[in-house]
Amino acid sequence: MLLRHTSDIIVDREALTINPAKTCQPIGAMYAALGIHGCLPHSHGSQGCCSYHRSALTRHYKEPVMAATSSFTEGSSVFGGQANLLQAVETIFSVYNPDVIAVHTTCLSETIGDDVNQIAQKARDDGKVPAGKYLIHCNTPSYVGSHVTGYANMVTAMVKSFAAKSATKKNQTNIISGWVEPSDMREIKRIAREMQAKIVLFPDTSDVLDTPMTGKHEFYPKGGVTVPELVSTGDSKHTIALGPFCTEDAAILLENKCKVKFDTLQIPIGLKATDTFVSTLSRAAGVQVPESINDERGRLLDMITDMHKYLYGKRVALYGDPDILVPLTEFLLTLDMKPIYIVSGTPGKRFEASMESLLSKKVPEAKYKNGERADMFLLHQWIKQEPVDLLIGNTYGKYIARDENLPFVRLGFPILDRVGHSYFPTVGYTGAMNLLTKILGAIMDKMDRECPEEKIELVM
Amino acid sequence: MRKVAIYGKGGIGKSTTTQNTVAGLAEMGKKVMVVGCDPKADSTRLLLGGLAQKTVLDTLRLEGEDVELDDVVKAGFRGTRCVESGGPEPGVGCAGRGIITSVNLLEQLGAYDVNQFETDYVFYDVLGDVVCGGFAMPMREGKAQEIYIVCSGEMMAMYAANNISKGIVKFAEAGGVRLGGLICNSRKVDNEQNMIEAFAKKLGTQMIHFVPRDNMVQRAEINRKTVIEYDPTHPQADEYRSLARKIDENKMYVIPTPLEIEELEALLIEYGVVD
Repeated sequence: MLLRHTSDIIVDREALTINPAKTCQPIGAMYAALGIHGCLPHSHGSQGCCSYHRSALTRHYKEPVMAATSSFTEGSSVFGGQANLLQAVETIFSVYNPDVIAVHTTCLSETIGDDVNQIAQKARDDGKVPAGKYLIHCNTPSYVGSHVTGYANMVTAMVKSFAAKSATKKNQTNIISGWVEPSDMREIKRIAREMQAKIVLFPDTSDVLDTPMTGKHEFYPKGGVTVPELVSTGDSKHTIALGPFCTEDAAILLENKCKVKFDTLQIPIGLKATDTFVSTLSRAAGVQVPESINDERGRLLDMITDMHKYLYGKRVALYGDPDILVPLTEFLLTLDMKPIYIVSGTPGKRFEASMESLLSKKVPEAKYKNGERADMFLLHQWIKQEPVDLLIGNTYGKYIARDENLPFVRLGFPILDRVGHSYFPTVGYTGAMNLLTKILGAIMDKMDRECPEEKIELVM
Repeated sequence: MRKVAIYGKGGIGKSTTTQNTVAGLAEMGKKVMVVGCDPKADSTRLLLGGLAQKTVLDTLRLEGEDVELDDVVKAGFRGTRCVESGGPEPGVGCAGRGIITSVNLLEQLGAYDVNQFETDYVFYDVLGDVVCGGFAMPMREGKAQEIYIVCSGEMMAMYAANNISKGIVKFAEAGGVRLGGLICNSRKVDNEQNMIEAFAKKLGTQMIHFVPRDNMVQRAEINRKTVIEYDPTHPQADEYRSLARKIDENKMYVIPTPLEIEELEALLIEYGVVD
C-alpha cells in the first residue's frame, strides 16, 4: 500500500493540506501565454520558479517549453527586480526575437511589491520594446487561487493589452478557451469550421504544444493566436467564454472595453455542454448547425445507449479543475453514472453552487468540496468510507487507484505518465466519445480481469 | 560581548539616543560596534561626523565584487565601529529582507568575531516599529540578547512600545532575547516620568532612564556630533553618561507582559489627564 497511512476516519483539519488538487499560478499564466503566436513567457522572480513551471508543462505536453526568467538574486530581492526585468526585455528581444513577451510574477516579486505595470511602462518609455513587438504582463502570486487563477489572469491580460474597438464591426465570434489540451482547442476550431462560423480562438495552444516531428526545431511553432487577431477581438460580434473560472474575467473586460457582449458557458465536455456550445455558436455566428455535426451527436448518443448497462449506477470519484469538473459531472449524470465524490483545490464559491444544482436531485448523497483542504487525501478518505467504481483525474490519482484497485481514467492537468491527451480531444461530441471509450475501457478491463472464470464474456 | 537592539516608534529619537549612549560607553573605555538597520542609513551620523559611508547593501548592488569588511565598517568617535545596513530607495524592493541580508553578510564577513575585533557591545539601531519579519531580524536567536525600547509619554509612542513588546514575547519564548527596559526620551508630556514608570512596571520591566528634553541635543546634531563630543561638560552629556552606566550595570532582563489596549488607555487616563 502506497498510501497506507490514509484512514477512513476524517478528522477536522484547520491548516494542513495533504496532496493538494491544484498547483501554482504561474504555470497557468505560462500555459496561456504559449497560446499566443511567437510569444515567450517570462517569469519575474527567481530561477527555480521558472525551471519548475517549464518542466511541469514539458512533462505534461511532452514538448520543450521555453520561458525566460528575471533570475532574482539576493540583491534583487532587497532592491526590487526592475533592473533585472529591464535587462531581460532588452536581451530577449535582441537574442530570442519573440513577437510578444508575456511577463507573469512569482511569490517573491509579489511579496517585495514589485510593480510590473510600472516596470513594463518604463521598458516601453526607454525604447526597449521594438516597434511591432509587445510586452504584456499579469500578476500571479501563488498564495492566491491556483494555476487556474494564473491562467485566467494571463487571458485577461491579453484582452487588456490587445483588444481594440475600431469603426467597423467584424463578422466574427470570439471564443475564449478555458484550460484544455491543444487537441481540444484544435477540436473547437474544427467544430466552428464545420459550422462555417468565423471565430477567433484565444488562447490557442494547438500547433504550439502538439507539434509534429519534422526534424527541425522551431523556437516559435506555427500555432497560437496572432497579435492582429487579438486586436480584432474588440470588433467581434460576440464572445463565448468557455469555462467561467478561466475565462469570464476576460470576457467581462472585453465587454467593458469594447462593448462586445458575451455568454459564459461550461467547457463543452459531454453531450449537454456540447449542445449548449453548438447552439450558442450557431446563434452568435448566425450559422446553421450542419448535418455533419448532428451526425457526430447521433453517434455519441448511439454509443451511450449501446453501453448504458455498463455505466448505470456506477459510483465515480473525480478531482481537478472546476471548469473541467462541472461539465464532466454533468456528462457522468447523462450517462446515468453517479459522480459521488468531487474535490478541487481551486477556490471559488461558484463551484459549490454549480455542483449543488447538478447533484442535489440526482445524487443527493454526493460529497463535494473545493478550496483549502479539498485535497486528494480527503477524496481518498471518502473512497475508503464507501468505495467507488471509477476514478477520474490527473496522474496524481494513480496511488489511490492502485491502493484501492480502481479503474482509473486520466483527465486534466498534469498527466505525466501517459500520452494521447494532447492529440485526442475530450471536448465536443467526438471528444465525448473518446472520453466514454476510456471510461468503458477502464471499467471493462477490470471486469475481464476479475470476474469468475465462468462469467467471462466474449461479447460485451 | 553584549548584543543590544534599540527599538521604538519612528521619530522618537532612537538613533540620537543610541549614538549618545554609545558615546558614553566609549568614554568609559568600552569597545562598541553600531549597526544601523535603517534604509536611510543615518544611524551613525553623529559618531562619524557625517554620512560618509558605503552601506553593506550598497556592496551587494555591485555584485561580483568581493566585499571587504573595511569597505563597510568605519571608525567613529573613540574607536566605535560603525556600520550601516542601508536598503532600497523608498517605495521599491524589500527593506526587511535588506536587514536580514545585511546582518547575515556581516556575520559571514566576521564583523562580530571577537578574536579579530575586541568588542564589548554591539548595538542594533532598528527602524520604527517591528513591521515585518525582517525588522525583527536582530531579535532572532543568536542575535541581540537585550532590547531597549525608546519611548515617551505620548500615546502613540506607548502604543508602539507595547507592540514591540509583543514582538519580543514571540522571540523570547523561542530564543534568548529579553527586554532590558524602557528609555524615556522626554517630550515634556504631563506627568511623563510617573506614567512611563507605571507603564514599565505593567510590562514587567523598568524605566532604565529618563532623558530630559534639552535643546543641546539638537545643537550637537546640527554639528554632526553627539552631546558628549560636542559639549562634554553640559548637563545633558551627563544624562547620557548615566544612561550608558545604567545599561552597563543592568541586571534586569525580562520577557515582557504586553498590555491589552483597554489597560493601556486606562493608564493614559490615570496619569495623562491632569486637572
